[in-house]
Amino acid sequence: MKEISIHPVLVFWLAIGWIGFIVLPWYGIEDGFFGLEWLLDGYPFELDYAPAAFLIAAGEKLWLAPLIVALVAPLLVLNRRKTEATYSRVLIASGGLGFAWLIAQGFGIGIRGYSTDWLVFLLGELGDRQFGMGYGGLLVASSFLFMLTQGIAARGAVNGDVFVVGTIGGIVAIVTIFVFFPITKMLSSAFSSDSGYSVLEFASKMFDDRLWGLACLSGGRCGAALNSLFLAILIGTLTTLLGLTFALVVTRTGFRHKRLLRALTVLPIITPPFVIGLALILLFGLSGSITVFLADVFGTQPTRWLYGLPGIAIAQTLAYTPIAFLVLIGVVEGVSPSMEEAAQTLRASRWHTFRTVSLPLMRPGLANAFLLGFIESMADFGNPLVLGGNFDVLSTEIFFAIVGAQYDQGRAAVLAMILLFFTLSAFYAQRKFVGRKSYTTISGKGDAGIHPLIPAGLAIPVLVIAAIWALFTAVVYGMIVYGSFVELWGVNNTVTFKHYVTAFSVRLEDSGIRWSGAAWDSFWTTIKIAIIAAPLTAIVGLITAYLLTRQSFPGKNSFEFGTMLSFAIPGTVIGVSYILAFNVPPIEITGTGVILVVSFVFRNMPVGVRAGIASMSQIDRSLDESSLTLGANSWQTFRRVILPLLRPAILAALVFSFVRAMTAISAVIFLVSAEYDMATSYIIGRVENNDYGLAIAYSTTLIVVMLTAVGIFQLLVGQVRIGRRTEFAPAG
Amino acid sequence: MAQARIVGKAAPVSLRQVTKIFSGDVIAVDNVDLNIATGKLVTLLGPSGCGKTTTLRIIAGLEMATSGTILIGNQDVTNLPATDRDVAMVFQSYALFPHMNVMENVSYGLKFSGYQKDEVRERALAGLNLVGLRDFGSRLPSELSGGQQQRVAVARALVLEPQVLLFDEPLSNLDAKLRRQVREDIRSIQRELGLTVVYVTHDQEEALAVSDEIVVMRNAAVAQMGTPRELYDSPIDSFVADFIGEANLIPCEIQRTRGNRATIAVDGYEYELPARGMQPGDATLAVRPSRLVLGQEAGIDGCIAKATYVGVRMEYTVETSFGSIFVVHDDVNTPLEVGHRLKVGFASSGPVLVNRV
Repeated sequence: MKEISIHPVLVFWLAIGWIGFIVLPWYGIEDGFFGLEWLLDGYPFELDYAPAAFLIAAGEKLWLAPLIVALVAPLLVLNRRKTEATYSRVLIASGGLGFAWLIAQGFGIGIRGYSTDWLVFLLGELGDRQFGMGYGGLLVASSFLFMLTQGIAARGAVNGDVFVVGTIGGIVAIVTIFVFFPITKMLSSAFSSDSGYSVLEFASKMFDDRLWGLACLSGGRCGAALNSLFLAILIGTLTTLLGLTFALVVTRTGFRHKRLLRALTVLPIITPPFVIGLALILLFGLSGSITVFLADVFGTQPTRWLYGLPGIAIAQTLAYTPIAFLVLIGVVEGVSPSMEEAAQTLRASRWHTFRTVSLPLMRPGLANAFLLGFIESMADFGNPLVLGGNFDVLSTEIFFAIVGAQYDQGRAAVLAMILLFFTLSAFYAQRKFVGRKSYTTISGKGDAGIHPLIPAGLAIPVLVIAAIWALFTAVVYGMIVYGSFVELWGVNNTVTFKHYVTAFSVRLEDSGIRWSGAAWDSFWTTIKIAIIAAPLTAIVGLITAYLLTRQSFPGKNSFEFGTMLSFAIPGTVIGVSYILAFNVPPIEITGTGVILVVSFVFRNMPVGVRAGIASMSQIDRSLDESSLTLGANSWQTFRRVILPLLRPAILAALVFSFVRAMTAISAVIFLVSAEYDMATSYIIGRVENNDYGLAIAYSTTLIVVMLTAVGIFQLLVGQVRIGRRTEFAPAG
Repeated sequence: MAQARIVGKAAPVSLRQVTKIFSGDVIAVDNVDLNIATGKLVTLLGPSGCGKTTTLRIIAGLEMATSGTILIGNQDVTNLPATDRDVAMVFQSYALFPHMNVMENVSYGLKFSGYQKDEVRERALAGLNLVGLRDFGSRLPSELSGGQQQRVAVARALVLEPQVLLFDEPLSNLDAKLRRQVREDIRSIQRELGLTVVYVTHDQEEALAVSDEIVVMRNAAVAQMGTPRELYDSPIDSFVADFIGEANLIPCEIQRTRGNRATIAVDGYEYELPARGMQPGDATLAVRPSRLVLGQEAGIDGCIAKATYVGVRMEYTVETSFGSIFVVHDDVNTPLEVGHRLKVGFASSGPVLVNRV
């Protein structure tokens, strides 16, 4: 039996805490999170860059002094055994109190001294102030948090598993800070009016006819809430059906050009959403190519049919089917072939097998895909903005409530609450639908079966739909690429490279390469932010999925709710609430790259979570258990057994978050700054100046970059090896 | 090159008043006491839902006991998770990692046990050698037959030289012939290495064949424990009697007791046997089908209702005044006809008085 008397994990976090306290600057650095100039600029004695210990020694910021106690106390129990009560008590006390004090002083003392009136009233004017926390504060806070979780683990929570308790604590903390805190701040403004808080005001906004009107049944305009709901159900259904279609074509038919199809279905997600909208206008708008062509041939009158529900529906279907596909492909491949073979040996025909075995086994995946489509559609901002016409939806209404002339934070918050209600209801319905059935299909027994083909009666329509889709997608992308080489669409159709030159010109000078194009700044920022955000998103998402599927702990349901919440909140709301919450200490990151990374991580995390859950619920628990009985701890089990089996989910999470970081617009438009401009907000700026050529050229470049990135990710992660033979061995 | 050898590092296991309660009110294991000596193979036997697998998982550390103490090698492991216990387990589904080949599967646990790379390989090979799969290292689990997968799972557990080796119905996915062979293999490896093994099964024949000791469980509690012979020959109650082997449960009347002998009467037929502490009055007698003698002069009146030829013996169902009883008879050359009336007596030893449950 292993004797545990030193605690490597505790030593590690204590060291982190002390480094944060006596080595690194306590407060945020003006140059930004990644700037290193402070090292040469008077550190460690210059007060702006000084570590907390130096500050206290210099008699400054004395309210940081109590933290020393919380950092010293754990040193005294280092040689205690885990099972001793003192060990856990000291850790819980110092971790908990240290963390609480850190938070309290952060919120209590701001740029203008005490930040609330009652503190001033109680303690008098402070005569000092502090800025947002920096490296030091971050490290010390993490140290306290994980001390606390280790203390809780030592008391026997979750079987005393340090890794599990620590990850739960970590995720709860970051979700609270970066989701609940800003949203609470935002929602509290739903009740606020110019003169304090008012319930009447709230009610009048809540039951506004512009939200719930049914006038469209009689030729008028329906309310935005009903429009959004209808649209989201439509998109959820369409994308799920199409996604399933493609997943079946790729895995269950003799179709030969699967790789091509896979590539085509990935195209729309690597496209900024408004670009699909623009391309649709180029095709079907009043002076669009197809509209003009039809008018010439059949003499039909061009109409504005595209603007409104049809246009948004087409654009969103194009945009979100690939997400459903990515979710469903894993599920379709994960269905155990022996189940299907068993059905066939029970005299079920291929069609019966598909309908009674394969399809029900895919149910969790289908429900997930629908949920994603539904929520994506609800939160989409780019397409309704470009194609909405008179069809109001909630997400754009929120944007206009804040950005428009009305500037009504309260109305925006009310709209956000309705949106949240819809998405959460969908979430609940999905859970009811999936029920408690177990769909474990990758078991610990090697499965030597082969997936059967789907019946011909199904294969033909499925292939036809896939072909039509492929053709349509090809046309849309043809328009985008072609549009980027046209001087001025619809007016002067001369082919030119001018837009690319303006955006991406490079000059060789004596001092080296000069990136003289107009787009380079925002381009490099975007790449940098996306590369940082993608792996963070995947890690947080998959660890959360692991906790949700594999561990049981008190409060698991609220934990799941919390981690999925950020997905249900449209980007516009995230953007505004982040500005409200993170513009002031203790977390002061507005205008930095960090706020962009954080917003991407928390907006995209639920995709990682869902993909992880879908895959993990198909991996038999006995695999984890056997790993545990073989002496691996839960972290090693996670890394060596679960992660390798999760490669498709990891790929989905990485690709999705990288791509979203490059294409997202709704939250970004609030969070960019002069220093950190993103590609999408730059493009939107060009569109506003009617510079369509440059906008489309830039978008095309982005698409190429993202394609490359997707390819690289695919290579890095590799194919999962679960040792299943396929019926279609490479021909030869 | 020095050959790595797998040796046993067996230790005793004890459970003291272990109780497991699921979700508030479902009692899965009820106050179980168990002492398993070093180097013994002990089987937990019982019908499904009797708590035997939960007990095994509590020993493994995959479930935490609600109350009670678990000792492995005299160390209190009650609150240790599976990772920190020196146990290894062979799962019913084998739980081979599908993304690793056989060699990687067998090496898996060794990597966490502080061995050098060479040693990991050597030990893994030795383990595979032990189960006769030396040349299968590079195969994936899906490329093996059921029996081979099973042996890989055993090798993977064995190479860790655990203090206790746990088997959760390891044979249930194998065909009958293979089952006999694998259980003999398991038993001979266990004896050779002197392993402490806890083995869960619902198959009484399997239990009788492999065990040093059998623990029969019923409704989350231990019904009886003892050597296979003890359980078979002197079951404590009608449940154990019927579960281990087959038994005819015959109502009888204890007429008198003298010392530790009792005289009973069944349908007017008198018989003497150990009293087992019972008092005169109504009682239940358990008699194995092979301990009934057909055509004796003294006995119970009966009439042959069914006669079945099964090769090595004849099986008869005999109708009596208190219901039908099941009898096996070695004489296959002169079978009795259906409808034949005769006396059925008891062999000189075998029938036991049991508590009715």
